[in-house]
Amino acid sequence: MHTTETPQSKTAPTGQNAKPTVIDEHIIEIVSDSGEGAQTAGQAFGTISARMGNGIWTVEIIPAEIEPPPRTSSGASGIRIRLGSNQITNMGNEADIIVAFNEQALLGREETGNLKKGATIILENRWKDHTNNVIREQYAEVMEHLLAEGYNVIEIPMEEETLKIVKNPRRGKNMFVLGMLSYIYSRDMELAREQIRFAFRKKGEKVIAPNLQLLEAGYNWAKNNLDFQYEITSPPISKPMVVTNGNVAIGMGIMASGMEVCAMYPITPATSASHYLSEVFENAGGMVHQAEDELAACAFAIGASYAGKCAVTITSGPGMALKTELLGLASMAEIPLVLVDVQRGGPSTGLPTKVEQGDLLSAMFNSPGDNPKVVLAPSTIEDCFYSMITARKIAETFRIPVLVLSDANLATGQQPYPRPEFKEEWVAPPYDQNPVPEGTIPYDWDEKTGLSRRIIPGQPGGLFRVTGLAHTRDGHVAYGAGVNQEGCDKRSLKIATFQKTLKTPRVYGPEEGDLLLVGWGSTRGAIEEAVDKARKEGLTVSSLHLKFLMPMASGIGEILKKFKKVITVEINFSDNPEREMITEENRRYSNLAWLLRARYLVDVDNFSNVHGQPLKPSAILEMARRELKKLN
Amino acid sequence: MFGVSIDNLLNLDQKYYEIDDYQSDIPRWCPGCGDNGILTATQRLLREEQIAPEKTVFVSGIGCSSRFPHYMNTYGFHSLHGRALPIAEGIKIRRPDLHVFVNMGDGDCFSIGAAHWIHALRYNMNMVAMVHDNNIYGLTKKQASPTTPKGLKSNTTPRGAVLEPLNPLVTTLAVSNVSFVANVVEWIPDLLFDVIKKAFHHKGFSFIRILQRCPHFTPHVFDPIMNEPDRLRLLTHDDGMVIPDAIKKIYKNVETHDPSNIHKAREYASDMETIPIGILFRDESIPTYDDIRKPTRPNTPSVINEALQQEFDKFGIKPKND
Ligand SMILES: Cc1ncc(C[n+]2csc(CCOP(=O)(O)OP(=O)(O)O)c2C)c(N)n1
Ligand code: SF4
Ligand SMILES: [Mg+2]
Repeated sequence: MHTTETPQSKTAPTGQNAKPTVIDEHIIEIVSDSGEGAQTAGQAFGTISARMGNGIWTVEIIPAEIEPPPRTSSGASGIRIRLGSNQITNMGNEADIIVAFNEQALLGREETGNLKKGATIILENRWKDHTNNVIREQYAEVMEHLLAEGYNVIEIPMEEETLKIVKNPRRGKNMFVLGMLSYIYSRDMELAREQIRFAFRKKGEKVIAPNLQLLEAGYNWAKNNLDFQYEITSPPISKPMVVTNGNVAIGMGIMASGMEVCAMYPITPATSASHYLSEVFENAGGMVHQAEDELAACAFAIGASYAGKCAVTITSGPGMALKTELLGLASMAEIPLVLVDVQRGGPSTGLPTKVEQGDLLSAMFNSPGDNPKVVLAPSTIEDCFYSMITARKIAETFRIPVLVLSDANLATGQQPYPRPEFKEEWVAPPYDQNPVPEGTIPYDWDEKTGLSRRIIPGQPGGLFRVTGLAHTRDGHVAYGAGVNQEGCDKRSLKIATFQKTLKTPRVYGPEEGDLLLVGWGSTRGAIEEAVDKARKEGLTVSSLHLKFLMPMASGIGEILKKFKKVITVEINFSDNPEREMITEENRRYSNLAWLLRARYLVDVDNFSNVHGQPLKPSAILEMARRELKKLN
Repeated sequence: MFGVSIDNLLNLDQKYYEIDDYQSDIPRWCPGCGDNGILTATQRLLREEQIAPEKTVFVSGIGCSSRFPHYMNTYGFHSLHGRALPIAEGIKIRRPDLHVFVNMGDGDCFSIGAAHWIHALRYNMNMVAMVHDNNIYGLTKKQASPTTPKGLKSNTTPRGAVLEPLNPLVTTLAVSNVSFVANVVEWIPDLLFDVIKKAFHHKGFSFIRILQRCPHFTPHVFDPIMNEPDRLRLLTHDDGMVIPDAIKKIYKNVETHDPSNIHKAREYASDMETIPIGILFRDESIPTYDDIRKPTRPNTPSVINEALQQEFDKFGIKPKND
């Protein structure tokens, strides 16, 4: 393609031989109106990069509505891709390059501090000379602001170029952009083509062909018009890997665990796990049941579990709230159950598409009375996969509900990880249908461990009744003082028995020092990156990441006591202690801080917010510097 | 071997179940409570059908009537108020070999569990659901239920219930995929038994609404129909309920009704003056959700591994020098 009309005087054509600049890592964002496919392009770009051996992390930028008003800063839909030579564990700080389909979506990102100073902005230029003068003015105003702020703005004719290949630019610009980025980051074009064929495999050749053309067009346009190019080298890939997001990893993990039944009711950001599972679960002999509501979904899973293999139900915060009575039943009747809560912003309907870790306390304490359950939280995409296998095993062994807390960050974040090697022991054993000795009782609690044998309908000799009412060892309803005490006691003992199997989590960094940051769930990568940077600055900061929240492993209390100050880093609400009304007697802490304070009698502080964004390593680092200054 | 099939050999060993093989704890319902009759009819059915107790699960919600599973010497799941149906669905989904029965109160099914009731009809899973409709909340001591007649005094409607009652038969017959609807009274045991038996043999979701006396809280609520036998319209058919002659002598209002006729069923159901007794509707051709969702592959390690490898390939990255 020749450039008779070079639209930007700012960019001069480079020769093909210009050497790309080698960099360690970059953060790229693509933003558009909803429905323009920025996420598809970004996910493809991330996968191509992972296949080339780069570390990647992707985060989707999702508006709450399906079709928010076009050209608005709040309606920005898109994706961030962080690329590096080595493993990437979080979304990083500010973006180096942003590609924007319109200036308002771009402004949404700029105003919220997501762009690096002097970042390169690649902006669709069709709005500049738009027939609508309001749009023209808006564009001019934003341009003025961007230039004043010192950004490197490159205006490009995305729509014009796209229209040369397809009729509807809303369905094509994204692949043009993918081509452009492929040039800018010296991507392997064969891999890019393969990725497009894969992404549109269900739509057929008619859709694949123009998208391949758009990819080439974007690549060539960038090559002929841009005066910069990067290369992010990577070590050769030595073992097979997979690249998925957390919800797909959960779906795969469910299959791998040998669970058969997943019952759910749609809710963001959990639903995509069920979408994925609906597509593939039957290949493994499983099924997804979309129930009439969350109560039914949880009840269905409990029924399936009671009569066969442990079942799973997937939801997000509001759905978990509805399931709480049933969770209490599973705990009381000792029926294995796995519940996945892909947390979103709360309270109430809250921020459906945003990140939060606000459900930890409600996961632990959500039912009336004493309801022992196991709560665990994966911290990486790979961990989402293995957590499902672990959760199923715990649930069946201990006849207890296991709650797995993921979040919106893990749900849509993509990361490469070693291709799992299947082990038969992952899979649930076939359920027992052998006769049990006549008179075998359903809650023959072991005095020491609280464990009892699970009997499954169909087993001759085991006839018994399950009830959520207080019951004796043989399943009879009884309200006597000693009966309830014994039942509660034995169910609680199982938690202690399970806790004995847990290993003390390893401290990241030296095991004593000035400051210990404690986290759980998806924030691990960001916290550890901040710790690395802090240590490079000579600060004595370490971190501790908890996978098991209920129960917690032994040895954590001792770790906390070896640091002068302990701060939890979480994405959930806590009071600002600086406010006039807030005192030590009424201050409300973030979820994990409450728990650590209560259990270990350590004066744990917290660093938390409910902005709905993944935490940036830079924010954590800054906090660490501030806190250390106060200490010394 | 010698022309004797293995099945027959096993049959020789099989135990013959007596009524007391199905009996568990002694029921603790009030004297005269209609739940006793429903229990007896059900135990009789199990004996007559010689169903293995271990292959049977009784699921209930919470209420007086939901104590039912405790009195059956089978597997039983006394669950939560309103949630018996989805639990029963979960039990059945991968266990075609189990006979699943669900016992609920009118509050349980028509109020707190109403969403599940509608959807259970639509799923049409192979099980028998009995609603013990005493027109009141029994266990919580006399509050109005959705079927409490207008004007009836209860603890939450001390000046009389203010709303028209819900007609569960009309509601049921309006749901798509409905495949078996019957209405009976527990005080005519032969009819009750016959209907439960037909429900058991129906393939699909068999919904039986049973008018059940609660002498403790609604002693007079069924007086009008008990005092005037003609206000019960007994529906009979070759494919429907069988009425013994002795009963026809007392209940003279007998009509032949073909249960495949849904329009006629709806007409009978809407009649608030004359209560239809028998099988209102039955359609054996409606597919059951348990059949539709039947696994096409076994959930074994090798099948799981195969499915997983396919997924890992889909998302896989190969080493560069491969
Ligand atoms: C979630 C919940 N809400 C309320 C109750 C209290 N409750 C128990 S049984 C019942 C109603 C019982 O009436 P019905 O279902 O008609 O059964 P019956 O006792 O009449 O057989 C109520 C409201 C409960 N157990 N759980
Ligand atoms: S209160 Fe009514 S429904 Fe409950 S046991 Fe007594 S008679 Fe039966
Ligand atoms: Mg009732």
